[in-house]
Amino acid sequence: MKPKKVIILGSGALKIGEAGEFDYSTSQCLKALKEDSIQTVLVNPNIATYQTSAGMADRIYFLPITVDFVEGVIKKEKPDAIMLSFGGQTALNCGLELERKGILDKYGVSVLGTPIKAIELTEDRHLFAKELQSINVFVPKSKAAHHAHDALAIAEEIGYPVMIRVAFALGGKGSGVAHTKQELQRMVDEALTSSPQILVEEYLGGWKEIEYEVVRDAKDNCITVCNMENFDPLGIHTGESIVVAPSQTLSNSEYHLLRETSIKVIRHFGIVGECNIQFALDPRSEEYRVIEVNARLSRSSALASKATGYPLAYIAAKLGLGYSLPELQNSITKSTCACFEPALDYLVIKIPRWDLHKFKQVSKKIGSEMKSVGEVMSIGRTFEEALQKGLRMLGMGYKGLTGNDVELGDLAKELKEPTDERIFAVVEGMQQGMSVAEINKLTGIDPWFLERIRMILVVEAEIRKEYQHAGKLSAPTLLKAKQYGFSDYHLGRLVAKTELEVRELRKHYGILPSIKQIDTLAAEYPAQTNYLYLTYHGCTQGCHHDVAPLEQKNKSDKSMLVLGSGSYRIGSSVEFDWCSVHCALALQKAGYKTIMLNYNPETVSTDYDTSDKLYFEELSFERVLDIYELEQPEGLVVSMGGQIPNNLALRCHKAGLHIIGTSPVDIDSAEDRYKFSKLLDELSIDQPLWKELSTTEEAIKFARKANYPVLIRPSYVLSGSAMNVVFHDEELALYLEKAAKVSAEHPVVVSKFEVNSKELEIDAVGDHGKVVAWAISEHIENAGVHSGDATMVLPPQHTYLETLRRVKHITEKIAAALSITGPFNIQFLAKDNHVKVIECNLRASRSFPFVSKVLKQNFIELATLCMIGKGKKIALSNLDLDYVGVKAPQFSYSRLKGADPLLSVEMASTGEVGCLGKDLHEAFLKAVLATGLTWPKKGILLSVSGDENRYKLLDHIRKLADLGFKLYGTEHTAEFYSSHGIQIKMLHKVHEKTEPNTLTYLLHGKIDLVISMPKEYASVDSGGTKIVRRAAVDCNVPLINNIQLAKVFIDAIADKKMDDLEIKAWEEY
Amino acid sequence: MTSSTPAKLILEDGTILEGVSCGFHGSTSGEVVFNTGMVGYPESFTDPSYKGQILVLTYPLIGNYGMPSWEKSKENIERFYESSHGQIQGMVVAHLSLDYSHWNAKQSLSSWLVEQKIPAITGIDTRALTKRLREKGVMLGKIVVEQDVVLEDPNIRNLVADVSIPQPVTYENGKMRIVVVDTGCKNNILRSLLARNVTVIRVPWDYDFHALKFDGLFLSNGPGDPKQCTATIAHLRKAIDKKIPTFGICLGNQLLALASGADTYKLKYGHRGQNQPCIDTRTGRCYITSQNHGFAVDTKTLKSGWKELFVNANDQTNEGIMHESGLFMSCQFHPEATPGPTDTGFLFDQFIEMVKQHERKF
Repeated sequence: MKPKKVIILGSGALKIGEAGEFDYSTSQCLKALKEDSIQTVLVNPNIATYQTSAGMADRIYFLPITVDFVEGVIKKEKPDAIMLSFGGQTALNCGLELERKGILDKYGVSVLGTPIKAIELTEDRHLFAKELQSINVFVPKSKAAHHAHDALAIAEEIGYPVMIRVAFALGGKGSGVAHTKQELQRMVDEALTSSPQILVEEYLGGWKEIEYEVVRDAKDNCITVCNMENFDPLGIHTGESIVVAPSQTLSNSEYHLLRETSIKVIRHFGIVGECNIQFALDPRSEEYRVIEVNARLSRSSALASKATGYPLAYIAAKLGLGYSLPELQNSITKSTCACFEPALDYLVIKIPRWDLHKFKQVSKKIGSEMKSVGEVMSIGRTFEEALQKGLRMLGMGYKGLTGNDVELGDLAKELKEPTDERIFAVVEGMQQGMSVAEINKLTGIDPWFLERIRMILVVEAEIRKEYQHAGKLSAPTLLKAKQYGFSDYHLGRLVAKTELEVRELRKHYGILPSIKQIDTLAAEYPAQTNYLYLTYHGCTQGCHHDVAPLEQKNKSDKSMLVLGSGSYRIGSSVEFDWCSVHCALALQKAGYKTIMLNYNPETVSTDYDTSDKLYFEELSFERVLDIYELEQPEGLVVSMGGQIPNNLALRCHKAGLHIIGTSPVDIDSAEDRYKFSKLLDELSIDQPLWKELSTTEEAIKFARKANYPVLIRPSYVLSGSAMNVVFHDEELALYLEKAAKVSAEHPVVVSKFEVNSKELEIDAVGDHGKVVAWAISEHIENAGVHSGDATMVLPPQHTYLETLRRVKHITEKIAAALSITGPFNIQFLAKDNHVKVIECNLRASRSFPFVSKVLKQNFIELATLCMIGKGKKIALSNLDLDYVGVKAPQFSYSRLKGADPLLSVEMASTGEVGCLGKDLHEAFLKAVLATGLTWPKKGILLSVSGDENRYKLLDHIRKLADLGFKLYGTEHTAEFYSSHGIQIKMLHKVHEKTEPNTLTYLLHGKIDLVISMPKEYASVDSGGTKIVRRAAVDCNVPLINNIQLAKVFIDAIADKKMDDLEIKAWEEY
Repeated sequence: MTSSTPAKLILEDGTILEGVSCGFHGSTSGEVVFNTGMVGYPESFTDPSYKGQILVLTYPLIGNYGMPSWEKSKENIERFYESSHGQIQGMVVAHLSLDYSHWNAKQSLSSWLVEQKIPAITGIDTRALTKRLREKGVMLGKIVVEQDVVLEDPNIRNLVADVSIPQPVTYENGKMRIVVVDTGCKNNILRSLLARNVTVIRVPWDYDFHALKFDGLFLSNGPGDPKQCTATIAHLRKAIDKKIPTFGICLGNQLLALASGADTYKLKYGHRGQNQPCIDTRTGRCYITSQNHGFAVDTKTLKSGWKELFVNANDQTNEGIMHESGLFMSCQFHPEATPGPTDTGFLFDQFIEMVKQHERKF
C-alpha cells in the first residue's frame, strides 16, 4: 500500500564528501512522490538548495538532521513512512540512529526502499565482508579491530602494507595506507576517535577501480545502469579520481563478471532502490574484490545519472513506493521501458575539483581520503576530446592538457605520489621523453589512458610543425585539433593568433561542432528530451545535428540562454545553482524557451527536464559563442551562475551577444576595483582609503601612510582568491605577487583595512537603476572574515536604524549610477553609524536563496522579470519580521589535514545552512547545531591568544562558569581567567607531552567544545593556538574560532535550553 | 602509424560516408546493421549470426582491449571467440583504437581484421548513420576501398548453410545427450550446455537427427531469414510430433515457430545490443538480455497450444514461445550471452530440467 505522508531527510550543508549531488537526488525524490500525490515533509537546513524551494515539499523544516530534531518533526507531522537513501550519509546515519533508538517504531514510521537491516549490513564492514563471503563473492582479506593492539596483530597476519578503513564514514574519512607498524599505530589512534571500529585490509594498490550503479525493485528485477572506470588505480578515493563512464579497458567477460556479481550482491542484501558497488580488478587477471557497497544514492549515482540520462534518484524513489521497474517508463524516450540498461554512444569523464591552494599547510597529495570540493563532467565521442574539455571546465585556468603553468617538483615523485595535478606530471614526463610503460609503472594508470594523453601531445606536435612549415593551419589539421579537444584559445597560442582569429579561420573552413543528444539507447529509439552536448566528431561531411538548433518554423518562439555556475568549489556552490534554476523557471513562466548551459553533474540545473534544452558543455567564451550562434536566443543571462558567467559578460558583449540585465560595461565598472573605487569617490560614497598600484614600492608607501593593516584585492574574483589582510611590508610584497598571479589582466587595489568594524550586506534587485527589492543582513563576526565564512543574520538585530537607512540610501545611489537591472549585492563596513562600501557585485550573490527564503520573496524570479522588462516593485519590509533567519557556514577541516581552522578574508567554508527562529538565539543555535556543533555538556577548553582577546571574552567565560561548565585552558589562557577568579583547569599543550594534556582530554571525550583563536586579524598563527584547533578538529570536537561567535553562542546557551528550539516548518513562520 | 587509405561506406539509398580504411584493404557488400553494446566486439565479430552483415558499432571507441588468442579448450572450442573465424562482412566504427591494453590481448583489432580479411572503416559518425538506419530500416551497403563492388543482398542466400558445420561432432560430457542443430551456433551455447554435464551432439543444419539416440533437442542461433532453412524446419516438425523436449535460441526460436505453424517477419532494424528488457510471461519478471536478430516471430500467428514465453518490454515484439505441454520452448534473445548480460542463463537449467522430466531416448 502506498504511504500517504512521507518524511525525507536531506543531507544538510555541503561538505567535502557530501555535496550538491544530494540536492539533485532529493529534488528528484520529491518530484517522484508528488506525482503520486503523496504528502512530503522535508528536513534539511541547507537553505540554498533547490529541494527546499517553495512547493517542492509540502512541509519544509530548516532544522538540523539530528535525532532530536527529526524525532520532533516526526512527532509533529506523524508521517507513515520515511526515506533515508536520498540525503547521503548524513540522512542514512540519522535514520540508523532513529531506528536503533526505537523512534521509528514508536511513531509507526516504516522505512521505504532498502530495509534498515540491509543498510546496517552494508555499513558495518565486518558484517558486510562476512555476508559477501557467504555468497562466494570475493572481498579483500580483512579483519575488524576495535582496539589498536588488535589492528597491529591483524596487520602482521595480512602483511604490510595494509589498508585502514573506517566504518560509518562518508568519503572514506580516516582511511589510508600504512606501510609500517608506526604508521599504522598513528592512524588507528586517530581513526578510533571518530569511529568505534576500523578495518585492516589487504592492500590492492595498482588494481583497477571499477564501479557499478545497480537498481533493484521489490519484485527482484535488477539492472545495472552504468559502470565506471577510474583513470587512477585503486588507492585514490573514487571522489579524488578522474572517472570515465563507461569502462574503457574491460573486456566483455570482465564487464559482465562484475555486473553479474553486482546483481548477486544487491539481491543478497535485499536492496530496494539504488546502490553503488565498488570493485578492485586485477589488471593482470580476472581476479576481483568488492571494496564497498553504498546502499543509497551517492555522488557516483548522481554522476551515473547525468552520464547516462537515466534518472536514478527518481526511479529509486518510485521503487521505494513499491513500483516495479517494468511498470515505469524511460523518461527520455517516453516510449520504452525503465527496466533497461543505458547504451552510451559517447563517453563522459569526471574530473574532481580541488581547492587545496586555499589552505595554507595542507598537503597537495591525494589518496584514499576525499579532499576535492566539487567535480566537472565532460562529454565527448573520444577520450581525448572529453579530457581536454574537462580540464578546461575545472575553472583553474588550464587551457587543456598542455600549455599550462603548473609547478611540478621532482617528476618521478610527482608521478608516484599523486597530487591534485598529477595528470600534468604525466604530460611533463612524456614531454621529457618517458615512455608509456615507464609512466604506467610509476603511476599505475592503464596504458590505454596514457596512450590517449600521448596522442594529444602528438597532435599538438603536428600543429606546431605545420605552423612552422606552412605558417598557418590547414583545414584537416584544424579539424583534427578540434576533434582532439583543443580550444580556439589554446590553438591561437600555438600558432600566434587570437582566439577570435582561430574561430574565423575555423568557420571559413566550415569546421563547426555538431549537436548530439544523450538518449540512453544509442540512437535505437528517438529521444523526446533535449539533453545535448557538442562534438567535432560528426562534422566531416556537414554537421549532423540531432536536434534542430533553431526552431525556424515557429518564429514566435523566443529563447533565452542561461549560464550556470560550473563546478562547485569554495565560494561557489549550490546557491548559484538555485539561482540559475529559478531564473530558468521564471523565464519559462514568462513564455521563453530556456537553454541551460552548465557542466556540473551535482546540480539540478543539469537535470534535462529543468530547461527546454540542456547543453552539458563548457562555460567558455568559445562555447557560449558556439551555442549562441547555433540557437540564436533572444538574450544571454550571465548574472545567475556566480563569477564564471559574470567574467564572460564583457567579452560576450563585445562579441555582439545580447546580455539581458545590467549592461556588461556597468558590470565591469563594479568588478574592476579601480573603476569602482573611482566611481564611489565620484558619488561621494565613503569607502576605505584605497589606491590602485603599479609597483610594490608604491604599495608599501601607501600602506605605511594608511597605517597597516591593509587589504589587497584583485579584480574579478569570487571567494576572495588572493585577497589578504597584511600587517607589514614583507607580507605585502609577498601577497602582491600572489595576487598578480591570480589575475594578471586586472589591476590590484590596496585599501586600508578597518579593524573592529561590523559588516553588513545588502542583496537587492534593480530595475533600470531603481531598487525594487532589498534585504540587509548583518554579520556576527567583525569585518575581516570573508562574507562566505561569516554567520549572517536577517533582519539585523544589532544595527542602528540610522545605519540601515544609510546602507539603503547608498545602495540606491549605486544602483542608479550603474543603472542596475537584475540581482546585485553590496558589502559594507559599519562603525558608529559610519558606513563604507567595500564591495559590489552586479550578479546574484551567495545569499540570494537565504534572503529569498527568509523573506518568502523569490528575489531571483523578480530579478529575472526585471531583466526581461516585466519588473515590479515589491512592498517588502525587512525589519519587522516576526522571526529571525541565521545563515551559518559549514567547514570541512577534518578532511584537510594540516589546515589551520581559522577565519580570514579568504573563504574556507564548503557549505552553509540557514535556520529560522523566533529570536536571534533560537535561530543561531539551530544553525550552528546544523553545522555539526553540539550542545556542550561536559567540558569546554579555552585557548585564546593575547590578553586583549581574553579580556574581550571575560564576561562570557564567567557566564560559562556560572552555568556550571567545567572549564579547561591552555597555560596562558587558564592563568588569565584564574587570575580573574574563574575556576579553570590548566592543560598542557599537545606538543608538550606532559599530563594533564589537551590531547588526552580531547581523545578521551572529556571536552565537548573548544573555543580557540589567535590574536584578532592575525594572518598567521601568532600565539601557537593552531595545534589546539587542529587537535579539536582531528578529534571531532566542535570548535568556535571567533570572538563574536563565541559571545553569541555563550549568550544563546545561557538563554535557551534544547527544548526551547521549536519544531516549526518554514510555512508556519 | 595512422592508416590513411580512404574508404567509403555507400548505402543502398545513396548515402555516402567517407572514412578511413582500418582493416583489410578491400571492398565488400552486405546488410548494414547496428549494435548498441558497449563491450564484446571479439565475441560479436565471430558470432555466425552476423554472416553477410556489415556491423556498425554505436559505441564510438572500439579496439581498446585488443583481440585475444585463438587458444582452444580441451573440447576443442575457441576459448575467447564465438566461432573459429571472423564472421562479419565488414565493420564500421567511429574510432578504432590502434593501440590496446589488456592482459589477455594478443593483437590489435586492426591487425586481426587484416588477418581475417574483413574490410573496415573508421572515422564515421556512427550516430548519424544509426539514426538513418533506425528511420529507414536496415539496408544494403558496401564498404569501398579502392575497387568498387556491386551491392548484394545476403538474405536471398541460405546463410545458414555457409556457417553450419559439414559433419556431426560429439562432445562427450555426461549421460544426458543433447542434439544441437548448428545453424550458426555460438561457442558459448556449447560451453553452456557442456557446463551442465551433458553430452552434446552437434549436427549440421540439414542433418536428419531422428536417426540418433538422444534425450533433448537444441536449436541454435544463426544468420538470415529463417524461411531459408526448409530442411531444418521439416526435421523439427517431426520432432514436435515425436514430443522431443526442445529448446531454441534466436534463429532457433523462429525455426520452432515456423515448424509449429506460426509465421515470422523482418523487423525494421532488428534488435542488436545488450540492453533489451524481456518479460517472462510466466512470472512477470523482466530480464536484461543480449540480442542479435533481424527477424521475429509474429505472435498473432501462434497456433493453439502455443503461447508467448517472453515479450520485449520496449516494443512488445515476441521474445520467445512455449508449448503448453512444457516440451518445447525457445527464446529470441541470447541466454548464453557473450557478449552481454548473463541474467537468463537459468534457461539452460530449465531446459535440462525439462529433458530430465521427459526422460526417454529418441
